[in-house]
Amino acid sequence: MTTTSETGTPEAFQPADNGAGKAASYAAASEWRLMWYKFSRHRLAVICGIIVLLLYVVAAFVEFVAPYDPEAQNPASAYQAPTRIHFVDADGQFHLRPFVYGTSSQRNLDTFELEFVEDTSARHHLSLFVQGDDYRLWGLFPSNLHLFGVEDADARVYLLGADRQGRDLLSRIIHGTRLSMSIGLAGVVMSFFIGIVVGGVSGYFGGTIDIVTQRIIEFVRSMPTIPLWLGLAAALPSNWSVMQVYFAITVILSLIGWTGLAQVVRGRALALREEDFIMAARLCGTSRTRIIFKHMVPSFMSHIIAALTLAVPEMIIAETALSFLGLGLRYPAISWGVLLQEAQNLRSVALAPWLLAPGAMVVIAVLALNFLGDGLRDAADPYRR
Amino acid sequence: MSAIEPAFTPAGRRLLDVKGLTKHYPITRGLLRREVGRVRAVDDVTFHVDEGETLGLVGESGCGKTSTGRCLLRAIDPTDGQIIFDRGDGKPVDIAQSEGGSLKALRRDMQMIFQDPFSSLNPRWTLLDLVGEPLVAFGVSKGKALEERVAYLLERVGLRPEYMRRYPHAFSGGERQRIGIARALALNPRLVVADEPVSALDVSVRAQTLNLLEELQQELGLTYLFISHDLSVVQHICDRVVVMYVGKVVEVAKTADLYFTPRHPYTEALLSAVPKPDPEQQSSRIVLQGEVADPSNIPSGCAFHPRCPYAIEKCRTVVPVLETIGDGQQVRCHRAHELSLRGVE
Repeated sequence: MTTTSETGTPEAFQPADNGAGKAASYAAASEWRLMWYKFSRHRLAVICGIIVLLLYVVAAFVEFVAPYDPEAQNPASAYQAPTRIHFVDADGQFHLRPFVYGTSSQRNLDTFELEFVEDTSARHHLSLFVQGDDYRLWGLFPSNLHLFGVEDADARVYLLGADRQGRDLLSRIIHGTRLSMSIGLAGVVMSFFIGIVVGGVSGYFGGTIDIVTQRIIEFVRSMPTIPLWLGLAAALPSNWSVMQVYFAITVILSLIGWTGLAQVVRGRALALREEDFIMAARLCGTSRTRIIFKHMVPSFMSHIIAALTLAVPEMIIAETALSFLGLGLRYPAISWGVLLQEAQNLRSVALAPWLLAPGAMVVIAVLALNFLGDGLRDAADPYRR
Repeated sequence: MSAIEPAFTPAGRRLLDVKGLTKHYPITRGLLRREVGRVRAVDDVTFHVDEGETLGLVGESGCGKTSTGRCLLRAIDPTDGQIIFDRGDGKPVDIAQSEGGSLKALRRDMQMIFQDPFSSLNPRWTLLDLVGEPLVAFGVSKGKALEERVAYLLERVGLRPEYMRRYPHAFSGGERQRIGIARALALNPRLVVADEPVSALDVSVRAQTLNLLEELQQELGLTYLFISHDLSVVQHICDRVVVMYVGKVVEVAKTADLYFTPRHPYTEALLSAVPKPDPEQQSSRIVLQGEVADPSNIPSGCAFHPRCPYAIEKCRTVVPVLETIGDGQQVRCHRAHELSLRGVE
């Protein structure tokens, strides 16, 4: 082990013994490091952690990652099916670089359905870092570089098909990542502040304050959430901008979401108050502030982070549900819930099932966050290893 | 000093004088926390501790021995009573009345060793932080000096000083208990309250830990209040023993007197339950009837009477007082004079 020499303990001078070196580094590993050891053994959680990380990276660079401008309409491609990616051309020849054929639409005169026919005369190779639609990254830096696409501006690739107005669904889903994933975070941060204050006060002081707070939390929890959201969301003025609505929705979501976090914090505070090491610190003459910030908060943090991670998917689902019902974010904003509105009627789902793809993204994001949160929660438990 | 009896007994000066110590927990109901009863965890407990001795505090679980120990250190606030602590500077102080700065100053002189070597050490701190915590809290030392002091303390309790960068999870129960002992000794206290310090340990490391405690006592002139339910451990380490039952002291005696001539029927029953090393010997264990009395609903008269094989009518109605009989042995029993109880052979 490379760590053997770093520990500086006498084991380092013993004949090279991997076991001893490992034991020494384990012994000198901090609680966070141990948490990481344990988390990294939980393979599913690690994979989901990578997925979540990817989603947030995508959310940060949506304009670059998306192949097209999400608002670019193309009536000729309305409801176009996902473009097929080919490796073998019409002549049966194999190409290492994937390519697509251009598509033209024509009306089938028997069924009156719009049919899309691949034009096999010209191959359009997919390539990385192509120049395409202009955009401003974060509304600041003008650019036209996209992660991938086809060089030829005339041919458009719809990897996940097109919607009613011929807009590229993949680009729209990628753009939706920003709002959908961030509303979860923003909502959780706000709930976290309400939760940590209410839960901390409840758990720290106990007694009557605790009883009253717990009854309030139970009351809030017992309210049916959907009608409450509907009521609050319907009260938002319709002339508000996208950003205003976004923050209003965040507030609405966290007004309900804080209860779970408050209960986690309260439970930890109550449990910690009884821990012997807190009493030991008191008997050592350690000041109250030092006990709170050096003993209690660090013991909290790992649990809180796990609880936060588990709260994000709830927010995402809530936002999706609200937007799907048309009461959350509205048209110019793009979120997965807004995109799913397109899939509200049976006709479009039957005609263009790819419109359900944003729903698949919600499932992926929520599952990934849940497994990640589970892994973190298990890793945060200092007595289970 | 005048408030306390002249105190130069052969065992040493009187270090701690506990008078009428009481800890009641109210039982509350409803939102307004109306008091509907009280748990008398510690009820009018009086005893003293001499400097340099080891005083055992024994009893079944729930008898109030841990609460008593915690009241002495003000880990919990007593409801009533005095705890006079005399450091020999002519200024005895009442721990029960101390607050803020004066209480913090007292903490330097009294420390605790915990029962559970796992929950009593913050898993997120290294040994250096843990053992150095009292030193940092009192601003005694920091930096290099702190490391040196911690290294010395670790060595003193039989741990390698190189381990100070490690976290408690790397140590066994016995080693963790040594860490706890090192922390308790960091400030050179006079009084150490050891709350069941070996009952969570394997039998194999109990003796080592007890020997360590005895060595440290001799070397550093420590005074121990040793709380335990294990009478064989108490016999090994204690000079005098206080027996508690449902929050009250029922017998106080020198260890040898208590073991050979117990005066209280409860002590006799406890002693009969001590396992004997000789398997041939007929077990003559006294099995007590019923459960330990509920401290929120203490029986009338002598709290022990429902379980006492010697109970008479008086025991049911009249509360006995703690009286001294024989050679300084104190007992709380109406029939102490007439009974001849069986000790350890």
